[in-house]
Amino acid sequence: MYFGIWATLLVCTYLTYKLAFIELGRFNAAVALGIATFKATLVALFFMHVWHAREKLTKLVVIAALFFLLLLLGLTMSDYATRLWS
Amino acid sequence: MHDNANANSLTAVHDHHGEAHAAHNPALLHHFAEPQQQRDAASLGMWVFLGTEVMFFGGLFCAYLVYRQWYFGDFGAASKSIDATLGATNTAVLICSSLTVVLAVWAAQTARRTLLISMLAITMLLGLVFLGIKAVEYKDKFEEHHVPGASFSFENVPIPGHPGQFANPRHAQMFFSLYFVMTGLHALHMIIGLGIFLWLFIMAWKGRFTPEWHTPVEIGGLYWHFVDIVWIYLFPLLYLIDRHP
Repeated sequence: MYFGIWATLLVCTYLTYKLAFIELGRFNAAVALGIATFKATLVALFFMHVWHAREKLTKLVVIAALFFLLLLLGLTMSDYATRLWS
Repeated sequence: MHDNANANSLTAVHDHHGEAHAAHNPALLHHFAEPQQQRDAASLGMWVFLGTEVMFFGGLFCAYLVYRQWYFGDFGAASKSIDATLGATNTAVLICSSLTVVLAVWAAQTARRTLLISMLAITMLLGLVFLGIKAVEYKDKFEEHHVPGASFSFENVPIPGHPGQFANPRHAQMFFSLYFVMTGLHALHMIIGLGIFLWLFIMAWKGRFTPEWHTPVEIGGLYWHFVDIVWIYLFPLLYLIDRHP
């Protein structure tokens, strides 16, 4: 099963690399980050065994870390994005 | 001031405990009720640490995102000058190393000592390959005068998609500052990871890991996977900004 995840990760890497050279306009960044998030999720869930974690606290810590990261990125970016009204 | 009675009762307690020792696994520490709880505590400790690491790298990613918004064209020009093929290769190397790590954990769980040792060794080898490729990239940057500082030079580099426009060297220098700090911090984590895995390798060689107790392999593995995840995000953000002219 690990080999399946590994193969998927390699395919996704190749995909990211190839798609970067194709003109997709605004979606280039979204696609690249989307694939990266998918890969990171696979590593976290299956290689780090979060999917089969017995202890609910593990999943809570993962979600908490993600939440605070998104808070940091989201609020900072929206701060900068809403400046320079004039 | 300790009186004799106290000292005697302490020894007495330990003597009784010595008898009770046969009842539980020698690897079980005294402040845990059972091995599973001890394993869960170790795992939780590592996960909380990884949570702090998320914030550590998160701050840098945030800075990167802000500047990328502001200097998109300049960042695109700067990103084009770093080798995406080497970056993709490094990504593949780390993904393979994550596979060997998870196989090492499985080997420890199933008492396969030879597999465990070889997987730990291959993981370290792949880590060294990663650092080697990084060194080559850094050398290229050094030679092209793209290292921020007194000898930084980024003149007359066209902005991708905007023929006739050239990148602002000061803005490009910001990209390279972020590039070196983020990949440098990541490389530092790799080096620390190599140190950890060397220690795991030595312990495994000495036969210290059993299916009942192989916690260092598991939590060392968690650390390594995290370092892989950071790179999974670093690669597209730094190398693949604007590759389509």
